[in-house]
Amino acid sequence: MAHFPKPAEGSWTQHYPDLSTADASYEDSISPEHYELERKAIFGKTWLNVGRVEQLPKVGSYFTKEIDAARSSVIIVRAADGIKAFHNVCRHRGNKLVWQDFPREEVSGTARQFTCKYHAWRYDLGGACTFVQQESEFFDLDKAKYSLADVRLEIWQGFIFINFDKEGTESLVEYLGPLAAGLEGYPWGEMTSVFKYKSDIGANWKLFIDAFAEFYHAPVLHNRQAVAEESRKLQQYGYEALYYQIEGPHSMVSSWGGMSPPKDPNMVKPIERELRTGLFGPWDKPFDIELPPSLNPARHKAWGVDSFVFFPNFMILVWEPGWYLTYHYWPTAVNRHTFEAALYFAPPKNATERLRQELAAATFKEYGLQDANTLEATQTMLESRAVSEFPLNDQEILLRHLHQTARAFCAEYVKTTPGAKPSPALV
Amino acid sequence: MAKLPADFADLEPFTDWCLDTEDARFAKRYASNMDEMQAFYDAVFPRIQDALTYLDKFELEELSEDAFNLLLLYYSLCTISFPVEAWRQPRVPDAGAAHISNVLAPAV
Repeated sequence: MAHFPKPAEGSWTQHYPDLSTADASYEDSISPEHYELERKAIFGKTWLNVGRVEQLPKVGSYFTKEIDAARSSVIIVRAADGIKAFHNVCRHRGNKLVWQDFPREEVSGTARQFTCKYHAWRYDLGGACTFVQQESEFFDLDKAKYSLADVRLEIWQGFIFINFDKEGTESLVEYLGPLAAGLEGYPWGEMTSVFKYKSDIGANWKLFIDAFAEFYHAPVLHNRQAVAEESRKLQQYGYEALYYQIEGPHSMVSSWGGMSPPKDPNMVKPIERELRTGLFGPWDKPFDIELPPSLNPARHKAWGVDSFVFFPNFMILVWEPGWYLTYHYWPTAVNRHTFEAALYFAPPKNATERLRQELAAATFKEYGLQDANTLEATQTMLESRAVSEFPLNDQEILLRHLHQTARAFCAEYVKTTPGAKPSPALV
Repeated sequence: MAKLPADFADLEPFTDWCLDTEDARFAKRYASNMDEMQAFYDAVFPRIQDALTYLDKFELEELSEDAFNLLLLYYSLCTISFPVEAWRQPRVPDAGAAHISNVLAPAV
């Protein structure tokens, strides 16, 4: 029996006529040829979130981002006239420009200029080449022609995005569309107490988005997190979302909460009761937050968390108690990716508030570890190709949409790129 | 020499849990057995409110070394709360070799 209303068509999936209800193939998560297509058609073409403006507090602040899927490393830097992105490559002979000790590790810091470790060519924060070692040995070298190669960069609500498509004309705001427009005004920039996590995951990047884009698994995989009585109730009840929305390549799921604070204190573990915090974050809001229209779209009083999937690899989760979380999934191979999570809370005013954030972060990690390990189990079995068609239910609508969108980008690329061949996942 | 404020002398036997990174706290949890974690939990849990009342008197950025150690002790309580209250084992069930590193945390 349905606990929450569904659209008139009878299901969320059928509400979107472009989505089928047929069994799904996961060839797109195991085919090396398809991954090569995704690298170019998706990671070479779309807006990718690489961080937030608070990471670059002053002129000269910078960080590097390794984007293996685009075979690129990028420097993001705050110059005097704003934040810029450059390919992290020296114009002399192609050495990686900014790195320390290990060329593949990301770095951050503050600089007045960037100096190449190899032959000491120098670039200012705006990317202009300002010094060439033994310049007179070159042949009429004009430094003005050897600025760092720039990468398109735009900022939405303090989130920094880059785009490797030099010919692309779609602005970030156009790309992000109405779901993002409806998130504008949330106090993102005030949540400056940040916890970041990173993990190397032995699964296709889309499989981890799948895991976080449905809560059908939550009462089962995570059943031992809740106290025993509560866990039995949750599993019997199953999971239904309050609302789903799909807008172009992006999507969201709105979910109930009720854990912050719980109706009955015995629903949660002793330390959560004692500290007034848990998986849903500290129970007491840091300050009043007026919800922009994309949040809690069903305007349900049991609302707990909204999860937004901004295609291809960026998720924002906004929690009812007044904090947010981001996920990024950076592919490194067809069956590997680097997973990043960041929890953003308001600055704690005292030790009590700080400790509440610590328990929320610790709890996130317990859940994340279970999710991460399950993925490797899924990847290896998909690769066995023992089974090739999988049924997806109505609560898994965002997965269906994600894989369909990713395939559509690849199909479009094959259609418009001379010499490109369809992968086994497209035929 | 005492590592914690005088009011918390009873918790001194557990100051090897005063670890200033999340990864270090997690590593100690994985290297401990349930008896060790239960003893730590049983000692520090009943004093949560005393500790927070004491710590809340200070600005977070200006905690003295002993007060900061007390806060770290309670970060470790968060790290071991799932093994003691839910898992009954140091590791996350079904987490296998999965590893998630904390790469950034607030300065205090």
